[in-house]
Order: sequence, then C-alpha cells, then structure tokens
Amino acid sequence: MNRSQHVFGSGLVFAVGLWVTWVSYTQQPAEAFLFPRLIASVFVVLAGWTFGKAVMGLSKVGNGVTRTMFLNMLPGLIITLIYVFWAAKSLGFYTATAIAFFVLLSIYDPAPHSKTKSWVKRGVITAVFLAVMYGLFAMLLNVYTPKEILF
Amino acid sequence: MDFIYYFGDVFTPLSFMLLLGGTIGGLILGATPGLSPTMAVALLIPFTFQLEAAQGLILLGAAYTSTVAGGAVSAILLKIPGAPANIATTLDGHTMAKQGQGARALQLSFLASAVGGIFGVLLLIFLTPVLAQWALAFGPSHLFWLAILGVTVIGTLDSASVVKGLLSGCIGLWLATIGFDDIMGAQRFIFHPALGGGINIIAALIGLFAIPQVLTMFAKGRHHTGAEVIEVQRHSILEAFRELFSRTRALSIGTLTGSIIGLIPGVGGQIAGLVAYDQTKKFSSEKDKFGTGHSEGVIAAESANNAMVGPSLVPLLTLSIPGSPTAAVLLGGLLIHGIFPGSDLFDNHPDVAWTFINSMLIGQVLMCIFGLYVAGLAARVAQVPQSVMAAIVLALSVFGAYSVQGSMGDVYVMACLGIGMFFLERFGFSAAPLVLGLILGPIAEANFIQGGMIADATVGKASYFLTGGLNLLLITVVLASIAYSVWMELLHRRYTTKEEAQA
Repeated sequence: MNRSQHVFGSGLVFAVGLWVTWVSYTQQPAEAFLFPRLIASVFVVLAGWTFGKAVMGLSKVGNGVTRTMFLNMLPGLIITLIYVFWAAKSLGFYTATAIAFFVLLSIYDPAPHSKTKSWVKRGVITAVFLAVMYGLFAMLLNVYTPKEILF
Repeated sequence: MDFIYYFGDVFTPLSFMLLLGGTIGGLILGATPGLSPTMAVALLIPFTFQLEAAQGLILLGAAYTSTVAGGAVSAILLKIPGAPANIATTLDGHTMAKQGQGARALQLSFLASAVGGIFGVLLLIFLTPVLAQWALAFGPSHLFWLAILGVTVIGTLDSASVVKGLLSGCIGLWLATIGFDDIMGAQRFIFHPALGGGINIIAALIGLFAIPQVLTMFAKGRHHTGAEVIEVQRHSILEAFRELFSRTRALSIGTLTGSIIGLIPGVGGQIAGLVAYDQTKKFSSEKDKFGTGHSEGVIAAESANNAMVGPSLVPLLTLSIPGSPTAAVLLGGLLIHGIFPGSDLFDNHPDVAWTFINSMLIGQVLMCIFGLYVAGLAARVAQVPQSVMAAIVLALSVFGAYSVQGSMGDVYVMACLGIGMFFLERFGFSAAPLVLGLILGPIAEANFIQGGMIADATVGKASYFLTGGLNLLLITVVLASIAYSVWMELLHRRYTTKEEAQA
C-alpha cells in the first residue's frame, strides 16, 4: 500500500491519541480522569509506535484504499452522508430512505440503465422495501421517526 | 441439571416463533455473502428491545447459530463463503456440487453442523455454571484485569498486527469513557452535543459492523455476483445420515477442534473450520481425495464451525469475556436488558440464562431440519446484487440506531464510527477489539475505581492490583497472549520475507 496513506491514517490516530492524553491530564476534576489517563498513556504510546513505523515505511498490515475503490465508493459515501446527516431529519425517515435507496440502486445496480424494465424493477424494489420497513418499525416495533415531508 | 427445568420456556408460542424465525432468517442471512453473523446479530438487536430478555436472546442466539451454518449454502452452491468461517467448506463442498452432489453436500453440512453444534452447546451447559460459581471469588481488581484480558486477547489474536489490535482496543476503551463520569458527574471528551449521553453500545455495534460492509460493497462498484446457483438433485437423507456416522473420524476431529477453539477467547470460527479441515486431512487414509469433492472435508469444516458457537459463549456468560466478535455483540444484547454475565446471571436470572442456552440446543435441531429446505431459497437470496444488499443494510442501520432511544445523535454516532472503522480496517485495524473495549470499558473503569477506593483504605494501589495469586495469574495471561501474538507475527513476517526473497 501507498506509504503516504499509512502515514496519514496512523498520523490521524496519533493526533487523536495526543488530544485524548492532553485532555485526560489537564481537565478537572482529576479523579474523574484517572481511568482515561491510564488508557490515554497506553493509547498514545501505541499510536506513536504505529505512526513512527509508518513514517519509516515499515507498516505492512492493511491494504489501504486504491483509487478505483475510492472512486467506486465515493457516490455511495456522499449519498450516505446526505441521507444520515441531513435528509433523514429534514425530509422524514421514510421519504429520505426511499430516495436514498432508489438513488443507491440506480448507481450501483449492474442492470443496464438504458432499459425501462431496469428502472421499473428498481422502483418496485424500493416500494416493497419501504413497505416492509414501515411494517417492521412503525407498526410492529412502534418506533416514532421524525416526519417532516410526506412521512 | 438446572437446564432441564427451563426446557418448557423455549416452547411457549412466542419464544418458539422467535426461535423458528431467527433460525430461518439466520440461514438466509448467513448464505448472503457480505452479511457476516456478527453484523446480522448486531442488526437484530433493535428488534429485541420490546421483547423479554430471554426472548430477545433466543432470537439473537438462533440467528448466531444459523448464520454460521447458513454460510455453507453459498459456499457449496455458489463457491462464495457466506462468512469467513465457511471458507474451508468451499474446498470440497463446491466440488461436490459441481459433480451433481450438491444435495448430499448440503445434507452432510447441516447434519455435521447439528452434531457439532449440539456437542458445543452441551459443553456450554456443563461448563458454564461451574465457571460462573468460580467467578464469585473475583474481586474488583480481578474483574478489572479480566476486562483488560478480554480486550488484549481479542486485540492480539484477532488482528494481523498486535500493536494495531491493542491500539483498536485502546480506542474502544477511550470511546467508552466519553460522556458524564458516573462518580463525579464530570464531562469527559464531549466535543459534540450528540455525545452528551456517551456512546450508545448498540448504535456503535451497528455502525462498527454494518457500515464498513456497506462501504465495502459500494467500493466494488456496479459489480454482479456473477455466480450461478448449481441445481440441487434429490438425495436420500437417510443415506446422508449413514455416511455422516461412517465418517466418525472427520466428525469427531471437527467437533473437538471447534469446541476447543471456541473456548479460547478471540480466536473465533474463522480458523476453526480451516484447522479442523487440515487436521482431518492429516489423519485421513484418503488424503489425496481432499479438495476433489471429498465428504470428510465438508463434515470436518462444518462440524467445527458450529461446535465453536456454544463454547465461545462460555467465557462470555461466566467471565464477561466474549469468545468471538459475535459473542461480543450478544454481550451488548445482555447488557441492554440490564443483565450482567457471571454468577449474577445464573443466580438471579436462571430463567433467562437457561432458556437462552436451551433454545440454542433446540435451534441446532431446527437449523438442521429447515436448513435442507431453505438451502435453495437461501442460495437464490445470495445472488441478490450487492447494491440492493448495501442499500438494505444502510437503511436498517439508520432505523436500528434511531430506534435504540429515538435519538438522531445515535444515528450520527453510528455513521461516524462506521465510516471511521471502514478506513481504520483498510489500515489494518480491527473492529472486534474496538467493540470489546467499548463494551468492557465501563466494567474495567467501575472496578478500577472501586478497587482504588478499597486499596486506598487498605494495602495501597500497587499491592492491591499487582499482587495476589489470581491477579498475577491474570496479568501473566495478558502478557502471555501479547508475547505469543508478537512471536507469531515475527515468525509470519520472517516466513513471508523468506518467500519474497525466494520469489
């Protein structure tokens, strides 16, 4: 795997480790941070070790993210982020789920986009899935989800 | 023999329906590549909130057992293992299917799974109460070291890199400290309002196990499974029975290997099937037939996979140390119902403990019966494009995380942890020790604080935590597991370097 990816990944973990250690040793009351201090000390040493190995090019475990993988994943990741952090709350769970589900199917379904049959199939799968989700969560489990637009 | 008194509780209409539903659903989910048993159980936890503790555990236990067995269907009929535990089954199972013996391979696989599974659950029944009583002798310092042991054992044995495994455990332990401190009420690491109540274990479990799978499916792009289901011809079940019991060597090696591996925390079913397959081949008089569609290969691999399930719950139900990542998720399922493993479970909630364990015994039989009928359907489900599976799992994760306590904060935490875990996994980190840290963190901290108070009033912290037979034993095991894993990693690296040099 690309060395810079290892350096970036382990560097990020090391940065979190440093922050956790700093917070654990500076925040009050000290008694509340006894256990976090213990954890943070081990955390920062291991993270530093991992980061050091990555900088020296000695990191061997992990395949990283290839360019193709990342480009394949990117549309799905963006839709996931929009769905989770905005649409579910703003549009309502079921509306957002229907849209996200249909869009994801449209992007990743191997069936040809040029055929009407493929689109009809995607629409039907989305409708059936939504009906099952509504039956399970709203009717069976009585989970009250945010309802903004439609339902 | 307490377990006999609670057998009737498994057969109440709702409990039996849940057992049946969990078994059939688990078989189908298990056959679906990309849906691991751990993820299936994590996604099912929200469905247990409205159930009694015992009934919730019946559903989770049935799903655990049958997803492991269900993975054999796609391994045999599609050459795609449903879970890593089924890799060894593919070697001979798929070849048998290609030779027109798919039904025979499936029958042998489910029958061997049932025999292995029943033996494993019997071990669970007879070992657990004894060990649970032994656990009564544990004080706060021992429980602290046990929690640390749980994290280090899984961190070192379940990861390709010991340091990264231990680091994953540390991240989990740190995540467990986020929120308000129980004793002083102080805020700790609350850098976003969604973290005010700490990290909810169930939302975290869903995120850590489901979202990386979703992103992995996305990363494959517009990919078609490309696998054709091999048609299954009829085969007499009686003949399969006769063949299974004529292959007692493969069956006993598989069952014993799986049971022993299951008892070792952290090792899990991934290697049980492969080790059993390898050992059976070594002891077989028909070594050359392995890999060419030999029934002993299927029997050894599948009996080992399911024999592992019961024993992997022994350290969980007695000492709170899950034997596998799926057992860690089950621990989460126990904790949300306010039940703590150990003697408390068997003394104060014997109905829950024994109904759950008994249901696993009955579940093995149901899995065997229904496995043969559901196999065809399960193989068709396994052909569902990964795009559909990814979208389904994503939506279930969002709804599941929200339904824990009706909070969008849990959904955000679930997504952040899941996306973070996907990238961490790509850099060699592992979800299992992180989850263990998250689950065992509060237990470790509570006992660390309680032990500290006792130590201050008596012999001092160093003496209290670092001396005494049991403390020293636990510390030795922690250090030994780390040393063993480091040694194995070095051996593996030396071997790989030598191979690279020769190439």
